[in-house]
Amino acid sequence: MTRTFRDAFAAFRRAPSLTLLSVAMIGLSLFAIGLFAVVAHNVRIVLDTVEARVQVVAYLRDDAPADAVELALSEIRAYPEVLEADYISREHALQIAQEELPEFRTLFAELDVNPLPASIEVRLRPGQRSPEIVGDIAARIGAYPFVEEVQYGREWVDKVYLLRRIAGAAAVVIGGAFATVAIVIIGAAIRLAIFARRDEIEIMRLVGATDGYIRRPFLVEGLVAGLLGAALALGLTFGTYRIIFNSVFQVEWVPDTWVATGLAAGGILGMIASGLAVRRHLRDL
Amino acid sequence: MIRFEAVSKEYPRFGLALDNVSFEVRKAEFCFLTGHSGAGKSTILRLIHMADRPTRGEVRVSGYSSHKIRPREIAILRRKVGFIFQDFRLLPDRTAAQNVAFALEVTGARRSLIRQRVAKLLAQVGLASKAEAYPSELSGGEQQRVAIARALAHEPMLLLADEPTGNLDERATRGIMELFRSINAAGTAIIMATHDLDLVRSMPNCRVLELDHGRLVYDSLSEG
Repeated sequence: MTRTFRDAFAAFRRAPSLTLLSVAMIGLSLFAIGLFAVVAHNVRIVLDTVEARVQVVAYLRDDAPADAVELALSEIRAYPEVLEADYISREHALQIAQEELPEFRTLFAELDVNPLPASIEVRLRPGQRSPEIVGDIAARIGAYPFVEEVQYGREWVDKVYLLRRIAGAAAVVIGGAFATVAIVIIGAAIRLAIFARRDEIEIMRLVGATDGYIRRPFLVEGLVAGLLGAALALGLTFGTYRIIFNSVFQVEWVPDTWVATGLAAGGILGMIASGLAVRRHLRDL
Repeated sequence: MIRFEAVSKEYPRFGLALDNVSFEVRKAEFCFLTGHSGAGKSTILRLIHMADRPTRGEVRVSGYSSHKIRPREIAILRRKVGFIFQDFRLLPDRTAAQNVAFALEVTGARRSLIRQRVAKLLAQVGLASKAEAYPSELSGGEQQRVAIARALAHEPMLLLADEPTGNLDERATRGIMELFRSINAAGTAIIMATHDLDLVRSMPNCRVLELDHGRLVYDSLSEG
């Protein structure tokens, strides 16, 4: 085992320029994925924020019995899809209207009677905001006899949902394309490094090294080159995020799990690419 | 020790390289393979080293059959069969000592043991003073001696040499042949491919196998 690591690092020492070249190639290709991840993450945050505003509002009849409303409220709060449900009294509704619509404040003040109905405002949990679920909740609430009308902005919900699906599909296609390009580049970089050492592989075979013995240090090298490349990509992505994004507009950095996944993917890709390239050489010699 | 039984070898792009060749080589024999270039000399060496498998027939080396040998066994076999080439095949970025040590490292030998053995091998080929020299700092003859030391690392029962003096001047050639003679005297069989007939004549006690267009046309042993 120590031999494997000693050989792998001796190879780094012997051909540092070649190693740096493959690390740089891996780093740059993963950098593209890093930038994509930052953009994708922030698009998701925006969509989440927009979607969080989806709510179902049930307007109540003026003669709705208070105890029945109270009971309904606790039932609605118990729905698994529901995040929160609030009762807005007529007086409270008027107060909100006066605050949120100052241009109509005088109009409201001149009214003798409060024209606004009481209502129940329901917000749904994340992941429970698809048009089907929202419609279903609206129908269930609308079934209470004291509910006059239920509104939930069907078009708004439909559009947000469509937008999310388009964004999801775009992420899969673009991310998939970037990942494919990265895999191809990593494979080429590692193959280049191994091609430069084909004489060494040939001589190892000549003097009786087993294939496993030949392969192991290359796997370690691939792993290390992949990890270093991924670390380089992380540095470049974070630098870009700090310098450009933060000076133009506020964005979020990607979650730690994404960073960890990226680093692991770099290492594993490097190792796989290395293993495949060595296998090719072992077959050809 | 080595037996070729009706061996033919065909390469997809180059056609028939060996045509129904049969012969045996015994322990500690010194044997020349002669013939014009393309006659099949290198093919025979590659078949003995199990770098190629015969298209027809069977090659047996030290109990291993070309029909049944597994990749791992090929690696083990090669530790008992040294191989030397016209172009030396040394690693240019390693010293003479490191090139020889390389062959020992693949078996997982201990470092202290490797150091001792390398010193002994370099002394055996007359290069004790050049252990730290890189191949580019050595003459052709010296580089070939390093390659021989590497081939001897595992105390092989057999040494294969493919035109080992092809790149060397007369004096260096004499030195290498002297070395081969002493290695052979110590019990290692040698099969040397060469088209240099003067060299073959200079060693009248050795066996000669002559190839022509892939056929074995002369064997000094059977001709008497």
